[in-house]
Amino acid sequence: MIEIKNLTKKFNKFTALNEVNIRFNDGHSVALIGPNGCGKTTLIKCILGLNVVEDGDILVNNESVKEHYLYRKNIGYMPQIGRYPENMTIAQTIQMIKDTRKVSENELDTELLEAFELESIFDKKMRTLSGGTTQKVSAVLAFLFNPGIIILDEPTAGLDPLASEILKNKIIKEKNKGKLIIITSHLLSELDDIVSEIVFMNEGKVIVHQSVEELMTERKTEKISESIISILKEMKP
Amino acid sequence: MNNIAKFIFFDILKNKIVLLYTLLLFVISWSVLGLDSNYTKATLSLLNIVLLVVPLVSIIFSTIYVYNSSQFIELLLSQPIARGKIWLNIFIGLSSALILAYLLGCGVPILLYSSLETGFSLIIIGVMLSVIFTAFAMLSSIGSRDRAKGIGISIFVWLFFAIIYDGILLVLMFQFSDYPIEGIMATLAAINPIGLARIFVLLQLNISAMLGYSGAVFKDIFGSGGGMGISMVILFIWIAVPFLLSYIKFNKKDL
Repeated sequence: MIEIKNLTKKFNKFTALNEVNIRFNDGHSVALIGPNGCGKTTLIKCILGLNVVEDGDILVNNESVKEHYLYRKNIGYMPQIGRYPENMTIAQTIQMIKDTRKVSENELDTELLEAFELESIFDKKMRTLSGGTTQKVSAVLAFLFNPGIIILDEPTAGLDPLASEILKNKIIKEKNKGKLIIITSHLLSELDDIVSEIVFMNEGKVIVHQSVEELMTERKTEKISESIISILKEMKP
Repeated sequence: MNNIAKFIFFDILKNKIVLLYTLLLFVISWSVLGLDSNYTKATLSLLNIVLLVVPLVSIIFSTIYVYNSSQFIELLLSQPIARGKIWLNIFIGLSSALILAYLLGCGVPILLYSSLETGFSLIIIGVMLSVIFTAFAMLSSIGSRDRAKGIGISIFVWLFFAIIYDGILLVLMFQFSDYPIEGIMATLAAINPIGLARIFVLLQLNISAMLGYSGAVFKDIFGSGGGMGISMVILFIWIAVPFLLSYIKFNKKDL
């Protein structure tokens, strides 16, 4: 569970997040959407502790992100662009992150690792990998430690159709286990089967926070993308 | 505990630039030391090269490495690791890899073709300069998000300590030559890590003729043994201050 209270984030004079109050419950998968520069990434970075939280607070499973870094044990994160030390192999990269977590081998969730067949290219150096393969490594790392909260930043960008299908199924499976999944994406058509809640942001504020069913009935649409477009049209005077 | 440092260390060792750097140092040291049968003279020639090359490569390479690792640092930060620990690990990984490169490149030829007695101070200052300029690199790369600006700052830092600083010192000496400024000069000379490294080696080789003005004053004031002790302390301060500043900045930084 993530609870965001009165979060305001400023970069110099620019206000990236403005008094955001929001609550994400376990067992949901939430889509964070909004135009470029609306504060999605800033919000995610605040949750992850990449951005320093000053005004307001974020509680992850009732622990404030300001107090201790150990709350991140419960979070798996897949960045939009993963870049890893060039000369490390896939095996070494995964091993290194494993070392930082100290989770015993049999608790690891290696399902994606096997589905992506990464073990056959374990000795390849990160520098030689294509963008899609690097994304696969990032995805594996996000799910590997069985975290209760999984944050995915544009997860399917760069993945081939097969891999993105695997990832989608994994996301649905983990959600059904009662985990909280947060996804940002521009590919609205991809979200239909995965997402149960929609958060629409603009200019640092949360405009809409609704469950998908509510949104659909309210907007009288059948697809998430259509409802979003109708919101966008309303916003323009 | 320092697992990340270990992985970064091995990652850098496989880096082509570092391999080339090691090879370059080795060839230079080997040829300089092989050319001259007088160990002291050969060490001095090598000293001048080391004083230019080691800081330059250390600061530029480390700056670029930190910038290239920015997304990787973000990923590490999303793991349950304290911020400070990540930054410290990067520092340890970078500096230990550069130290090893220096020891292989310069230390081995010194042991082979010269003697540890004449060469040990050179080995020490090479190691210290590697670490000091890695610390500078971490400070300049945390200061700005823009990679070009960061590298620019790094080059300037190198240029300042390697060339400009001595120039300023010389001007001051001539301008105020009528006044008793030896104490101030010695202090000023000691502030520059590269200048201090030179003095350190010359003190150990015990050749006053080569010390130059500030070095001679330095020796006069601190003596050989004491001077070396003090130089070491100052060099350590030069490691600690830039790194701690960058550490504090990193802890507050929005990535």
